[in-house]
Amino acid sequence: MNEPRAVSMTLAAIRDVLDCDVLTGGDLPDIEVTDIVASDGMSAVLSALCRRALLLTGLANIQSVRTAHVADLAGIVYVRGVRPSDKTIEFARQKKLVLLATTLGMFDCCGILRDRGLRGSI
Amino acid sequence: MAADVLLRKTFEVHGLDFDKAGDTSAEIKAILTDIGMDPDIIMRAGVVTFEAEMNVVMYAVRATVTFTLTEEALSIEVVDEGPGIPDLALAMQEGYSTASDEMREMGFGYGMGLPNIRKTSDQFALESEVGRGTRVFAMIRMDANE
Repeated sequence: MNEPRAVSMTLAAIRDVLDCDVLTGGDLPDIEVTDIVASDGMSAVLSALCRRALLLTGLANIQSVRTAHVADLAGIVYVRGVRPSDKTIEFARQKKLVLLATTLGMFDCCGILRDRGLRGSI
Repeated sequence: MAADVLLRKTFEVHGLDFDKAGDTSAEIKAILTDIGMDPDIIMRAGVVTFEAEMNVVMYAVRATVTFTLTEEALSIEVVDEGPGIPDLALAMQEGYSTASDEMREMGFGYGMGLPNIRKTSDQFALESEVGRGTRVFAMIRMDANE
């Protein structure tokens, strides 16, 4: 199997292809993403040691934001329609972390982003 | 001769305090960011501290987390009062866990915490006494990314 090319997408482009809402509001920062970490297990995310990767997860509690913050990730896409609490969204704003949310499932999100050349990091 | 200590700070972490789990790692990250530390080292220090904090919150009664910075290295020592670990080799095995469903709902407790700390640090030590507590030591060298 051929590995996908290492290309990048902006957060805005990812928002569009995954049909995401932007939970943290405002304009999306001009961040280029090349790597994806996709898991509901936060230790799996932490073990990736891949700064500036984008996290795809169905875990919507505050630990998802704390994990993305300490692992220096580019942001989080919540999948399959889950939504974090207002308190968690506010915490993400304080940490300047972008939160997106889509109704698509994890498998579809990963497939769409992989088709566009992004890489998995777990 | 031991290297001069540039900074040392001790934090307290309490068992079952899931709301604050991660505060210590966030504070250490902020300190290292303020002094202009290499981002990869900041990330590794954050990962080590966060995993250690989650272990304390999930399993121990309380702990002290001592962060020490010298010109050569950064170290994190976590000493907890708790049940201890009966089998250290088993605890270091990826995927082995005694976590409850509640812990897994937090996104942790999949048996990766201690292995993650070892993997993320340049030096790692684990000691435990059943019925008393556990000590985790992790050191990250400043020249590790050069």
